[in-house]
Amino acid sequence: MHTIIRKCCRWMSWMLLLCGVGSAFASKYNMPVGVTPISREIYTLHMTIFWIVVAIGILVFGVLIYALINHRKSQGHVAAKFHSSLKVELIWTIIPFLILIAMAIPATRVLMLMEDDSDADLNIKITGYQWKWKYDYLDENISFFSNLATTQDQIQGKAPKGENYLLEVDKPIVVPTHKKIRFLVTANDVIHSWWVPELGVKRDAIPGFIHEAWAKIEKPGTYRGQCAELCGVGHGFMPIVVVALDEPDYKKWVAEQKGVALKQANALEENKPLTKAELMEAGQKVYGATCTVCHQATGMGMPPAFPALKGSKIVTGDVAKQLSIVLHGVKGTAMQAFGEQLTDKDIAAVVTYQRNSWGNDDQAKFGKAAGGLVQPSEVAAARKASSN
Amino acid sequence: MKNDFQFLREKKQRRLVIALTSFVLMMFGFGYAMVPLYNVLCKQLGINGKTSGRVVLDDTGIDESRVITVQFLATTNAYIPWEFRPRLRTVRMHPGENKAVAYFARNNTDHEMTVQAIPSVTPSGAAKYLKKTECFCFTQQKMKGQEEMDWPLLFHIDKNVPKNIHTITLAYTLFDVTKSHAQVIESNQGHL
Amino acid sequence: MTPTRVSKHHDDDHDHGAHQEPGFLGFVKRWVFTTNHKDIGTLYLTIAMVNFLLAGAMALLIRSELFLPGHRLIAPDFFNTMTTMHGLIMVFGVVMPVFVGLANWQIPMMLGAPDMALPRLNNWSFWLLPFAFTILLSTFFISGSAPNYGWTFYAPLSTKYGPPSTDFMIFAIHIMGMSSILGSINIIATILNMRAPGMKLMQMPMFVWTWLITAFLLLAIMPVLAGTVTMMLTDRHFGTSFFDAAGGGDPILFQHLFWFFGHPEVYVLILPAFGVISEILPTFSRKKLFGYHFMVYATAAIAFLSYIVWVHHMFTAGVPIQAALIFMYSTMLIAVPTGIKIFNWVATIFKGSITFETPMLFAIAFLFMFTLGGFSGLMLAIVPADYQYQDTYFVVAHFHYVLVPGAIFSAIAAVYYWIPKWTGHMYNETLGKLHFWLSTISLNITFFPMHFLGLAGMPRRIPDYALQFTDFNQIATVGAFIFGFSHLIFLYNIIQTVRGKGKKATKRVWEGAHGFEWTLPSPPPYHSFLTPPVFVEEASSHEAWDVSDHHEK
Repeated sequence: MHTIIRKCCRWMSWMLLLCGVGSAFASKYNMPVGVTPISREIYTLHMTIFWIVVAIGILVFGVLIYALINHRKSQGHVAAKFHSSLKVELIWTIIPFLILIAMAIPATRVLMLMEDDSDADLNIKITGYQWKWKYDYLDENISFFSNLATTQDQIQGKAPKGENYLLEVDKPIVVPTHKKIRFLVTANDVIHSWWVPELGVKRDAIPGFIHEAWAKIEKPGTYRGQCAELCGVGHGFMPIVVVALDEPDYKKWVAEQKGVALKQANALEENKPLTKAELMEAGQKVYGATCTVCHQATGMGMPPAFPALKGSKIVTGDVAKQLSIVLHGVKGTAMQAFGEQLTDKDIAAVVTYQRNSWGNDDQAKFGKAAGGLVQPSEVAAARKASSN
Repeated sequence: MKNDFQFLREKKQRRLVIALTSFVLMMFGFGYAMVPLYNVLCKQLGINGKTSGRVVLDDTGIDESRVITVQFLATTNAYIPWEFRPRLRTVRMHPGENKAVAYFARNNTDHEMTVQAIPSVTPSGAAKYLKKTECFCFTQQKMKGQEEMDWPLLFHIDKNVPKNIHTITLAYTLFDVTKSHAQVIESNQGHL
Repeated sequence: MTPTRVSKHHDDDHDHGAHQEPGFLGFVKRWVFTTNHKDIGTLYLTIAMVNFLLAGAMALLIRSELFLPGHRLIAPDFFNTMTTMHGLIMVFGVVMPVFVGLANWQIPMMLGAPDMALPRLNNWSFWLLPFAFTILLSTFFISGSAPNYGWTFYAPLSTKYGPPSTDFMIFAIHIMGMSSILGSINIIATILNMRAPGMKLMQMPMFVWTWLITAFLLLAIMPVLAGTVTMMLTDRHFGTSFFDAAGGGDPILFQHLFWFFGHPEVYVLILPAFGVISEILPTFSRKKLFGYHFMVYATAAIAFLSYIVWVHHMFTAGVPIQAALIFMYSTMLIAVPTGIKIFNWVATIFKGSITFETPMLFAIAFLFMFTLGGFSGLMLAIVPADYQYQDTYFVVAHFHYVLVPGAIFSAIAAVYYWIPKWTGHMYNETLGKLHFWLSTISLNITFFPMHFLGLAGMPRRIPDYALQFTDFNQIATVGAFIFGFSHLIFLYNIIQTVRGKGKKATKRVWEGAHGFEWTLPSPPPYHSFLTPPVFVEEASSHEAWDVSDHHEK
């Protein structure tokens, strides 16, 4: 009996050592503690359950390893005859049950905390799109799309990858600290999931339905997350960046946003003809941000799912047909309708870019319709024109 | 290969196979039965924030001791070229009070389209207390190209609404259900 | 031979092999028209092995792409088709057929029956499968991408937004479901009607018990899956809107239906594995299975609970708090019967007389690693924490720990355990041990780091990832390649054994083996028991487990 205890102790100390090493390394590879009261509660809960599970593991594996070492035939051990015991069965039915109750109590408490229904200071509607997020500040009249900012060159390995590779966006969602922010989550097309680990928030965005989650951020900073529900080919490329600012800085940001919105509205009014150089320059940018995921920077696409634009019948053919596809998408394929998310100028530029790149403007090869410029006014007309 | 051993069991076997096959068919039916069952449960428990259909006006008085904020949201699904927004972003109201609000809708295309607005409520526990007397979501809406309109919504909040509910968000998503429009997009498919 | 079990099987040589006409045509006719449980078992095991290598190759492609961040080998869309097909084939094409194959081989022999109850149905339920997988794999050649929405094919990504090939997947699933249902009816009919005289239900081997329960699970869930994919089909083409909000449907309904099938399905994958382990541990511990009755009750309890936990796959999809609580509690409750099973296994080998032949090694690895998977499962049940774990690599690590060292390892253990009986030859023990150590170590190298990746915030099903996840992804990829190639040793070992390279196996094969199948010669006659053996109540047989009685040299 004495030796058993000694052996057990030795095993236990090994295990504890292992756990020690584990927790040192955990800082990088464990769940983040986060910056909201809820994320901290979740972390504590996670660690509690983890240690309970480790304790059960040490016990079960301890007995198992003991038996494997000591009850070997090669050691001359002769099999015992016992094969059932009601008492033992009841013990290991009831004790785990009690442990589960002990686990369920804190879990229930945290879940109740998450259901806090007090009034929020700020409401933000989050809409998942293939493959970007749209944020609408309900109380401020601010509204914008947030796209992946990592360049295709980085993804394709033609440029060194930045520090926040795939976790950076062109326009982050900015929120104040120490305020209760209520997120209202929905989607435009398929199911997405808005997840920022450090806020302890993950909510599925479901088309046609609205769900809510909330966070109260206690520390200013930049917090990054990703879409957590498979939503198509760009699923890995729609990150979330939350910038938490202290109240005064946040107020300043809101004021700025309202100014920007005004300027953009004015710019849209102009719609004056642009030169080829202007269109091509703007078009390349739009193409890089919007089209390359599928159609590739080379215009070669990834057939059969994503057809090549180089030498494509549509891109070298009638402009109206191409505009219709860009505006309304193609049903049953990944080609989405860009009418809502791109301005007339963007569409004019990107269509011009496609028509004049990769040799698509070769009229000798593709006929008279190839190449040519498309002006924002034509896009506006196409929007109005009946698709019929 | 048949022997006595099997033969004796054949009758018993057949009965068992028939019983198991009917069980399979029953479970297939059960899968379909889940659909209406789920909808009933959703409306009772507010799963997924589904609201129920038309009710009559509430004239049993107003609970003035409570004020509830109702927020209105609008989403257009799958980039349909419509403008769709609530005229008012929020209203503050008492339980039992009948309220009329409007959603502005505009068909930005040049052709007639039919749309369906789908309501959803959060927190989901509030869904069954938000009662609509008149709503544009009760039927499909048809509008000509470039036409615009204010769609009415008449509703009240049931006085039995749980005490912990202070804010209710009512969101509408506008889906295109035009047949011809779908066909137009489908016709694009052939060209790819 | 056990003195308490009297078997009177025929050793006469009038039925020692299949009837086969000469030539290639004869070979084809024999296998296509066979109604023999052993032939069909072999066919199932073969298709499972082929699919295992195929879906394994897909996993290696996935791991290669994830070796480094950045777009490297395969495009994101193809990556998604790989994750989808890997999941679908591993679930429907590997784990399910391998256990049906084992059931076909073993259940008649374990029950003392000549064959399965419905031999012609048996033939049909197998031959549906090659067609189903041909259809499923043909999607790679259909324009507009193969299925690319994950093996869970959530609507509307798979309905309104699914590629045209989705219809083929739906059709393939219908056929597979049909095959599973027919197979299950056959297994139930065999177990209920074909037991040797005197064998009561509570005296059946554990493997038979777990299969009886599994078959009932399958009968209940496969029709629901068939209904669900039919709804998808009508949503896609016939104007219904079960899952489309526009017509009053609900995409969440899809998830409810899918997981109503899907959660019992994971127990379909693991319960027969429990049965295999319950056969192997007593043999190599030379000690009777501890707590047989509780093992049966626990299996039934797990099966029952599996029907009332499905919402735990959907906590982030917006579940009212009351429902979240109920499903959290019911999910946690599954730990009780699962715990009973683990404890009983430990008690079985405790104070045994243990030897470490290859099947036993795999069974012990099962005990350790399945328990690990169970632990992460318990963590996932905790709703608030699940909000952080859901759809991350933590989940990937969890279900690979229960399925790979759980289902796959037990199937491998079963093959090593029974192949001497099937072929009459021993496998190569050295190669078996090499296979064990390589695969066990590499499995942990592959899947253990995934826990950390998930906790650190890596979502699942992404073709490219942020730089901080690089190191552990590299480790996992290296492990995956070793794991994948270690199974070529297994394949080689099987082929050599089937070709009769090993030394001759005895009737009993293993010193501590018990049950009807070990009273037949190795290999057993084509029709296992033409005259049923008499099962004698084992009241005193616990004493009979004294190994010295069973030596058969």
